[in-house]
Amino acid sequence: MAWVNAIIQGILTGGLYALFACGLSLMFGVMKVVNLAHGDLAVIGAYVALGVITVTHIPALWSFVIVVPLMAVLGYALQRTLIQAALDRGVLITLLVTFGISVVIESGLLQFLSADSHSLGVGESIVTGSFSIGSQIQLPYLLLLIFVVAVVVLLGLQYFLSLSRYGRMIRAVADDQEAAQLCGVDYRHVFGIAAAIAFGTVALAGIAYGMYSQFSPTTGTDTILLFAFAAVVIGGLGSLWGTLLGGIVLGVAQQIGAQINQADQVLAGYLVFLLVLALRPQGLTARRAQS
Amino acid sequence: MSTPAASEPKGRGGDWTDERAPRVAARPRPERGRVARGASRASGASRASEPLLDVRDLIVHHGQLRALDRVSLRVFPGEVYAIIGANGAGKSTLLRTIAGLHQPTDGTILYDGKDMTKVRPERRATGGIVMVPEGRRLFGSLTVEENLKVGATYARKGPWTIERVYELFAWMKDRRTQRTAQLSGGEQQSVAIGRALVANPRVLLLDELSLGLAPVIVQRIYAMLPQILSTGLTVLLVEQDVSQALRVASHIQCLLEGHTTLEGRPSEVTAEQVEAAYFGLSRAAAEGSEPLWHGSTPSSRAS
Amino acid sequence: MSVVTDTPARSEENFRVTRSRRNVAWTGAGALIVVVVLALFPYIVYSGTTSLMVQAFIVVILASMWNLMAGYAGLVSVGQQAFVGLGAYFVLILAQHSLSPFGGLPVAAIGCGVAAVPLWWLISRLRSGYFAIATWVMATAIMLFIERFPSIGGGTGMSLPGLSGYDPTLLVAYTYWIGLAVTVLSLVTVYVMLRGRIGLVLTAVRDDEVAARSSGARVGLARMLVYVVAAVGCGAAGALLAISQLIVQPGAVFTVQWTAIMAFAVIIGGLGTIEGPIIGAIVYIILQRTLESYDAWYLIVLGLVAIGVALFARRGLWGLIDDRLNIRLFPVGYWLWTPESSSRPGPGRRGLRARRRGRHS
Repeated sequence: MAWVNAIIQGILTGGLYALFACGLSLMFGVMKVVNLAHGDLAVIGAYVALGVITVTHIPALWSFVIVVPLMAVLGYALQRTLIQAALDRGVLITLLVTFGISVVIESGLLQFLSADSHSLGVGESIVTGSFSIGSQIQLPYLLLLIFVVAVVVLLGLQYFLSLSRYGRMIRAVADDQEAAQLCGVDYRHVFGIAAAIAFGTVALAGIAYGMYSQFSPTTGTDTILLFAFAAVVIGGLGSLWGTLLGGIVLGVAQQIGAQINQADQVLAGYLVFLLVLALRPQGLTARRAQS
Repeated sequence: MSTPAASEPKGRGGDWTDERAPRVAARPRPERGRVARGASRASGASRASEPLLDVRDLIVHHGQLRALDRVSLRVFPGEVYAIIGANGAGKSTLLRTIAGLHQPTDGTILYDGKDMTKVRPERRATGGIVMVPEGRRLFGSLTVEENLKVGATYARKGPWTIERVYELFAWMKDRRTQRTAQLSGGEQQSVAIGRALVANPRVLLLDELSLGLAPVIVQRIYAMLPQILSTGLTVLLVEQDVSQALRVASHIQCLLEGHTTLEGRPSEVTAEQVEAAYFGLSRAAAEGSEPLWHGSTPSSRAS
Repeated sequence: MSVVTDTPARSEENFRVTRSRRNVAWTGAGALIVVVVLALFPYIVYSGTTSLMVQAFIVVILASMWNLMAGYAGLVSVGQQAFVGLGAYFVLILAQHSLSPFGGLPVAAIGCGVAAVPLWWLISRLRSGYFAIATWVMATAIMLFIERFPSIGGGTGMSLPGLSGYDPTLLVAYTYWIGLAVTVLSLVTVYVMLRGRIGLVLTAVRDDEVAARSSGARVGLARMLVYVVAAVGCGAAGALLAISQLIVQPGAVFTVQWTAIMAFAVIIGGLGTIEGPIIGAIVYIILQRTLESYDAWYLIVLGLVAIGVALFARRGLWGLIDDRLNIRLFPVGYWLWTPESSSRPGPGRRGLRARRRGRHS
């Protein structure tokens, strides 16, 4: 039975990982930027939420109302300034600049706050409580909530991209930037919108992680960025629902690894990632092999 | 049906053309060895005295290569102006520079009397200069209708709507939910034109419509041109197919390695002259120091 | 053909193609003198300074390797710490089997090169950004794997055996000389590689990959070779690290901070030049010493400066010096001398590069 619960936990954790990953995937799909600071932005979201909760005393579950829009605005601003400037200078410079931002954020957090771990306090009952199916199977509340949120976000993103005016513009710019300009679309503004969405979702993911587990300045790279990336690769580049699948596979692999040997949890996930990379580098959902 | 080309542009993109800027008086061009055979008046319908698009002495570089060397042209409202020339002559570069995708090293581009040499391409599009780029460049992952909708996102007010494009291309409405990557070349070209039309341009730039298409399809597409023009558009097109260009254009200019080698009306040009200009059979003409053909030049047309 | 200038055609004997702007023989002699002077350091300076120099050597080696990958082959890796750690651990394991760490260093370096081959195969198909993160994932996975073995220290690390019999000052001196040797070897290797066919292939790829492939250049092979050589270099640096610290801890040798240091040193010093990493390493060491008491500040400053340089002075400090003084200590390009320009050659390849924006050099 422990195994069944482990797998369930793995599946539900996949939702969290999908939430990590969708912003990374979006930024790459639209503007070909791999944001190496992606994970650190989630951590910033968590720290800001911590600050907001401490100052305003709103329940942790509602902190996203303030933090997510704030981070979205930050995303738009950062994209229009630093990242666009880097994009204009090429792929290499863009990677270096995002890496630089990542290091500065982490070092800054380490310097000004401490290296201690924090957690976003949610009510005890939510963190530890769970549904019971039968007498043996547990569905933890918090993870379930996060999973539901992830699915809602992904659905929302999908509808936004396929039906709305801005979603259409985003897809058009992702297909052909120049042609979009010829249609009167300012691609820099569209990039900004995409970055805003990415930063907003990753902030939400950071808050979710902060409630589920503990975070510290290095969590961004240790955990979030690498897990997000693994989820994207396993699921398949360029597919939103693929990141959910990838997240689930990663989560399940980790839980199975934990069952075998507690210390091997994270390693197990990476081994599956390397396996997918070796055997099916285009990911599980892609139809054609990438050249 | 529609108002003539001189109608006031409205809508989001009109901000820098709305202003009644003092009109730039047309000035005589420095004669660079070009002999005007007297000021030949345009025969037929009278034209507005001011060009809608006025390109002056454009110099454009690709890295160190000089792609356009002091090229000028004037397009008046309602005209079909064709630019012909062999591969690499600089035709597409010229169009792309006018559309704003390329910054010229020197020279000016005036649209409706206003200098827009430094204006970004998306603002030119919303201001009424819309290009159908070479190779169609549709949004492959979007459907036909979505492509048109993107084109219409920042459209000016005018006669063209998505419905009207469906009327123009009869097959399109039934296939509007199909992804454009799955269409044939000719169909894609039609969608690309439609995408430009729904923005309600004043000047439509067509870059190599015939590229990669069967002659029958090309003719069918060009057959649409009168309908497009009847709504008050002006067309500036680039075409490798010379006979096709001569058939539809009211004015042509031939480029060779970045220089203008021929300029004038199709009716006033012989096939031999076009051929010589196209291939640069006279070396002096190729270097721009001696005109191949003496006829009405931009400076003489201005008066 | 229409001509841009009016000069008549010139006869071909009047053109010369050389590898550098000036006579570079004096530079070779100069470099030799520098090396000899450096070799004498342990006799001249205190061992504290010698230790510092070892640290500098490590950074120079790492930076020149990272520069080889990113500046010339276009491979941005943020996971080179994998090989730093592997190098350190190979030395540790060999020392546990009675091989002196000094002897173990070359073995460890080669071991890293061997390990690089299957790792390259795993990630070579990924595009640049995803390639970068994949290297990071691999480094983390390797670290987690190594931490499982308590015999080499597990999660907390272990001290390096086999060096306790040495007199401390002598140990530092030996470490220093080995470090100097490895540094010189690394720089020479990179220089030789880039002057030769590999360098030509890589530059062709950087300019236009499709054209390079279709003209027969073995692009994949060239890139893999670069990756393997970089692994060897980083492994050697890791081994040197182990020897100089006398302790191997997973968190210290596998930290992504090594990549940060390498990358930032290269960017600030000058991406795509061989001299750049040296300058960048010097800047790094200076920064680290000055801000040492302020904890993480030096990384913040380093990062901010690197971002600024990447955006506004892409060719780094060396690029600025190069532009002013026309010096290339390690010439790997070609210069075209035309009859009119005997004192100052035409733009050639580098001039074109300087004019382009949006390319990854």
